[in-house]
Amino acid sequence: MKSTNDLLTATNKHQDWVPLLEVAAREVFELMLGCKLKPAATDAGANENLDVTSMVGLAGKLCGLLSVRCSSKAAVLVASKMLGVDVDKASSEFKDALGEVCNMVAGNFKNKISGLNEGCMLSVPTVVVGSDYSLHSMTDSPAIEVRLLFEDLLLVVSIQINE
Amino acid sequence: MDSIQALIVDDSSVMRKIVERSLRQAGVQLSKVFEAGNGAEALAVLKDNKVSLILCDINMPVMDGLEFIKQLAGVESCKGVPVVMITTEGSESNVVTALSCGAKGYIRKPFTEEQVKEHVIPLLAGAR
Repeated sequence: MKSTNDLLTATNKHQDWVPLLEVAAREVFELMLGCKLKPAATDAGANENLDVTSMVGLAGKLCGLLSVRCSSKAAVLVASKMLGVDVDKASSEFKDALGEVCNMVAGNFKNKISGLNEGCMLSVPTVVVGSDYSLHSMTDSPAIEVRLLFEDLLLVVSIQINE
Repeated sequence: MDSIQALIVDDSSVMRKIVERSLRQAGVQLSKVFEAGNGAEALAVLKDNKVSLILCDINMPVMDGLEFIKQLAGVESCKGVPVVMITTEGSESNVVTALSCGAKGYIRKPFTEEQVKEHVIPLLAGAR
C-alpha cells in the first residue's frame, strides 16, 4: 500500500499521539492475544509483503482513518492467537481477526485522548487483501505511523488524519 | 451454577468465539450458545429461542447494539434477561444510553477474562 500523504514531521501537533497509538496497539495484543509487541527497526520487514490492510474510519471530533497492515502470515497468526487454535485452523478467520484488532486499536486509541472519547465515532472495519493499491485522502492531511514487531513479523499501525 | 443458554451478538465471528471462551473460563456453564451478527439477527434468534444471558457489541451493521436493546425491551420473553455490552465504544454517552435502555453491564474492548467474570457472574447469581 502506498499513501499519497506524508507522514508527520517531528514538529507536527499530532506527534505526541504516536506513543498513545503504540500503547493502544500494545494493549490490544497483550489483552486479546497474550503477545507483547516489540519496536521494529526502520528496515524491519523489508522482505515482507504487507498484503493485508484493515481499516476503521473515525468521524466526529476527529476524522480520519486508522489502519493496521501486515503480511498474510502475520494476519493468520493474529487469528490463531486470538482464537487459541493452531495456525492451520485459523486461516479462514484472518480477515475477521485483523478487522477486530483494528477496531479495538482505534477504540482504545480514541479513549486515551482527552475529549476524543465522546463525539468520535468508529466505522465497522474494512479489510483489503493485496498490496498493489494507493490510498488517497481527500485532504492534505498528515498521518502518524507506528512500526511494531508481532512474533518477529512487521505490523504497521497508522492514522490518516483529516484536519 | 445451573447450565444456561446465552446469546452472543457481534459482527465479528472471531469475537463471538472469544466471548464464548471467556464465559466458559469465567465458570459459566453454557448448555447452548446462540450467535448473531447484528441486532436484527439477534431479534430473529430470540423469536424462537429463550436465553438467560445476552452479550452484545454496539458498533454493528444493519442494526447496532443500542437499537437492539431498545427493541429488546418490547420482547416479552426477554423480560429480566441481563444484557451486557462488550464494545470498543467507551464513551460516557454510549454507556449511559446502554444502561438507560436496560443493559446491566458494560465491558470495554480490549478486555480480560477477569472483567467478563466480574460483570457476568453477579448478574447470573442475581437472576436465580
